[in-house]
Amino acid sequence: MEDQVKGQSSGQGIGARVPRKEDARLMRGRGNYVSDIILPNQSEVAFLRSPLAHAVLRGITKPQGLEGSVYVAADLTGVKPMEAPCTVPNYKISVQHPLAHEKVRFVGELVAMAVAPTRAAAEDICERIEVDLDELPALVDAHEARRSATRVHDAWDDNLYLTLNYDNGFDEHARNAPVVVEREINMSRQAMVPLEGKAIVADWDHRADQLVVYTSTQVPHVIRIGLAEMLGIGEGQIRVIAPDVGGGFGYKCVLQPEEVCVAWLALTHKRPFRYVEDRREHLIAGANSRQHNYKLKAYADERGRLLALDAEVTIDGGAYSNWPFTVALEPGQATGNLPGPYDFRGYRCKTYCVATNKPGFLPYRGVARTSVCFAIELMIDAIARKVGREPWDVRNENLVQPQAMPYNNVARKHYDSGDYPKSLLAVRQDIDFETWRARQKQGEADGRRIGIGFATYCEQSAHGTSVFAAWGLPLIPGYDQATVRLLPDGSLEVRVGIHSHGQGMETTLAQIAHEILGVDISRIRVVHGDTGQTPFSTGTYASRSIVMTGGAVAKTCEALVPRLLAIGAHLMQCASNTVSMMPGRVVGPQASVSLKDIAEAWYRRPQLLPPDVDVNGLEATVGYRPQVDTGVFSYASHAAVVAVDPEVGDIEILDYVIAEDCGRMVNPMVVDGQTMGGATQGIGTALFEESPYDANGQPLASTFMDYLLPGPTEVPKFRIRHSETLSPYTAFGIKGMGEGGAIAPPAVLFNAVNDALRGLGVEVAETPLTPRRLLAAIEGARPKEPQP
Amino acid sequence: MKAPAFDYQRPRDLAAAAAALRGASGNAKLLAGGQSLLPMLNLRLARPGILVDISRIEELRGIEDRGDALRIGAAVTHAELEDRPLAGGAMLREVAHGIAYRSVRNRGTIAGSMAHADPAADWPLALAVLGATLIVDGAQGRRTMPAGDFMQGPFTTRLADGDIIIAVDVPKLSRGARFGYYKFCRKTGEFPEASAAAVFDPETKQARLYVGALPGAPQPLDDLAYDLAERGLPALTEAAVDRAVAQIPNLEPIARRMQRAAVTRAVRQAFAA
Ligand SMILES: Cc1cc2nc3c(=O)[nH]c(=O)nc-3n(C[C@H](O)[C@H](O)[C@H](O)COP(=O)(O)OP(=O)(O)OC[C@H]3O[C@@H](n4cnc5c(N)ncnc54)[C@H](O)[C@@H]3O)c2cc1C
Repeated sequence: MEDQVKGQSSGQGIGARVPRKEDARLMRGRGNYVSDIILPNQSEVAFLRSPLAHAVLRGITKPQGLEGSVYVAADLTGVKPMEAPCTVPNYKISVQHPLAHEKVRFVGELVAMAVAPTRAAAEDICERIEVDLDELPALVDAHEARRSATRVHDAWDDNLYLTLNYDNGFDEHARNAPVVVEREINMSRQAMVPLEGKAIVADWDHRADQLVVYTSTQVPHVIRIGLAEMLGIGEGQIRVIAPDVGGGFGYKCVLQPEEVCVAWLALTHKRPFRYVEDRREHLIAGANSRQHNYKLKAYADERGRLLALDAEVTIDGGAYSNWPFTVALEPGQATGNLPGPYDFRGYRCKTYCVATNKPGFLPYRGVARTSVCFAIELMIDAIARKVGREPWDVRNENLVQPQAMPYNNVARKHYDSGDYPKSLLAVRQDIDFETWRARQKQGEADGRRIGIGFATYCEQSAHGTSVFAAWGLPLIPGYDQATVRLLPDGSLEVRVGIHSHGQGMETTLAQIAHEILGVDISRIRVVHGDTGQTPFSTGTYASRSIVMTGGAVAKTCEALVPRLLAIGAHLMQCASNTVSMMPGRVVGPQASVSLKDIAEAWYRRPQLLPPDVDVNGLEATVGYRPQVDTGVFSYASHAAVVAVDPEVGDIEILDYVIAEDCGRMVNPMVVDGQTMGGATQGIGTALFEESPYDANGQPLASTFMDYLLPGPTEVPKFRIRHSETLSPYTAFGIKGMGEGGAIAPPAVLFNAVNDALRGLGVEVAETPLTPRRLLAAIEGARPKEPQP
Repeated sequence: MKAPAFDYQRPRDLAAAAAALRGASGNAKLLAGGQSLLPMLNLRLARPGILVDISRIEELRGIEDRGDALRIGAAVTHAELEDRPLAGGAMLREVAHGIAYRSVRNRGTIAGSMAHADPAADWPLALAVLGATLIVDGAQGRRTMPAGDFMQGPFTTRLADGDIIIAVDVPKLSRGARFGYYKFCRKTGEFPEASAAAVFDPETKQARLYVGALPGAPQPLDDLAYDLAERGLPALTEAAVDRAVAQIPNLEPIARRMQRAAVTRAVRQAFAA
């Protein structure tokens, strides 16, 4: 623990609120994104996308005289289709050709690509391509698709990617339950809307004999493996560079068909090509997340203690399963995480993941947990109303208690540590619950109705090998490595295979290195986002990077310590057992030498080195994985107060508080930022964002006119409180927390609105809570339920 | 999406702009702030061969006090109206302030908004309730059109091909006059789901009341306005608002509910002592 004291006292180590190093460029608009890369002789690519949701592709006619500028599936010689296997029983593989082949399966699917000196000219060419389509019935609703005789994938015998059946003690615990509450809960489809969409520049480097692909991705090493497989060339012949990336959120953690197409162009023509996704393409072809339907039956005792839960979950998986994570991730995480932070022993869950004529489902920040949290938290409040008690009390009594930790939930998820009730109590105090309850009783002069909502969740983070291996995915995360090198001037270079795109890891990883070696963080350079410069990692997703790569950075720095001590001791002419590491120095009984002196000896004055010096020098690569790799669980409670205007359907968030615990915080300011960003996205899911479709599978929100995001005036000032329950399994007790903020807001805000509308007998359970949905519920209100 | 190729002209005065339109024989479009036109170009929904940019023509950029009315040049931006206090023009300022967000207001123009004729837009509603008049120039010569019946339906107006709106004459509100303007937007800067505007002059006992954000052009609620002018706020009963809003055709129940609230709130602002 002495190390930590060291870091803390320098104000730069673990736990310090260090301003983000990357902000120096990002906040000045000097970030360097794929779209900023312009290479000589670069052509622009535009894609012609399917106008129909489901059709047989009879033929494509290229415009006369422009045949050489247009590519269709048959032109992509040597390109394999994307197929992501998964060993979960009865999972079906979807075959996705980068450019549509034989059939189109959603509006926005790539059909052809055109190449021209400018994007506008490439779009002009696309307009002149004739596509002969035979329209088929579109499967737009997952429940209907389950029963339909029409097939999204003709080779399948139904439209199910996967059905999961889980039962653990359900009958036994449900049997005598005196209280049964039944609800249907819907989370709608939405897009992820990173500030920067997809963007790719691919070129051939003759000197390196390599295909160089600049792409906006969270997972550069994974993209290299994927491209090598799809293009059928050696991995050494590909270098993937992810420069600054304007947000990922899961949208960029999989291989994209556009990446395959543009890389193929550069490979084939040995010159640069660029494609930049626009917002309309994103909103149409990227409407790929969150859509879950829950039919739930909760069994409880008279005080609302949950005894058993019966669930039928239907996930609208869209047309294709992604590579490498597959669409199976979503039902898997939904089934396992639906029990949430609650302690109950009977659970039955049937989860259908259904193929439909929509963009293929991708894992969005929170992966299934935003939806399951929404479902279980609405149920807890519904149970409380049913038994006539305060939702807060019922929630509190159902939580896993701290003395039960580590706790295996009813779906066999292993919760490593935490004090869930403490976080729930904290938000009750911070939101000033009693005061609001009193004000609520008085009523508002302007006719609005006040409501208070709570939600608690736990967030599996950094789940590793054993979890992914159980799903048998094409690519399973193992150890993460870091390469750390002390440079001749005593500064430090840290090379990592993850990618940082908003998470501030150029700072937090430097803080971890500082914690061990004491080098000033201004002199620590974190290198990421380039397969040519970094050790392998499966990349940034699943709230894993600070745990996995943070651990690797620590272990690697630790591996350098004895080498530094040995050289330092020799330079000071004292015994190596008499010296120790201090920030930036090796200290002996009488003197000390700086890391710079040690580096200078190693690199430039080797005659000064001890005869038995470690010949590996001042550079090391060490791998890391937590002792238990099933994930470490961060958790939080959120509470909100809303004012609902029942005449127009407006919802104003009057206050919003968060009490979170992600183990040891490397940088509380970064934790705050991640939490606020996530919670803002959660508000989007709750109140604004939706990708609706008409009966023919045509998307109805294809610009920001129709697809609304929360803006600064819609987002409250979040008040965040932290506690630190260290994980027993990870370096420093760190837990991942990148996704958490996005999990609870829909649950909290709906619970708050339902609390506000209790007197009207109104209950809402479908996102986003638009004014129209809210007013429709009010107009069609059910008869009143008994009041607590 | 990128716009298909087009030619761009920036005539120096109104006569040159009119000539450019005539010369293009239907293949040209006026470009003012571009806040509605350019997205349509990029989405390839509009494909004019020539854009005639009138946003910098001096004759269209002025604001003139003509005693009983303000003459606002066609190319005056929302931001200019937001920033400039005008005697008798307090409502213009408030309405301008509530349009979209500042970057849109910096470019979008009052006449561009009228010509675009989005039923949910602010100027068509505000200028109708203010009794404004548009001054239009074109093949049929210079003429005036009342703002209240300028919009014929969604995105259609009384403008003929080649017409240019030159200015808008807005009668000044008397010193004692009051106005109410309420719109309900899902978020700041969005087009509203429901909107209403009211003007009341206690001296002359005149009132006007309009509803906007409808399936078509803004609609006057004359009967209710008349009652309110006569009897003041006591005329604002739930039943009266219901009756008034019920006259608006093609409103589904939820829109009706929102519009009732919009009317009630705009009227309260205008008639509250
Ligand atoms: C994000 C966003 C949010 C918005 N929110 C709102 C809002 O809340 N409320 C609102 O009212 N508006 C809103 N708008 C629209 C905005 O006010 C536009 O500026 C306005 O509708 C069009 O004005 P413009 O000057 O930009 O016209 P342009 O886009 O340049 O032109 C629009 C049309 O008018 C024609 N035209 C322009 N000037 C003349 C003229 N003098 N005579 C004849 N025809 C002419 C053009 O040929 C074109 O057909 C929003 C726009 C955006 C982009």
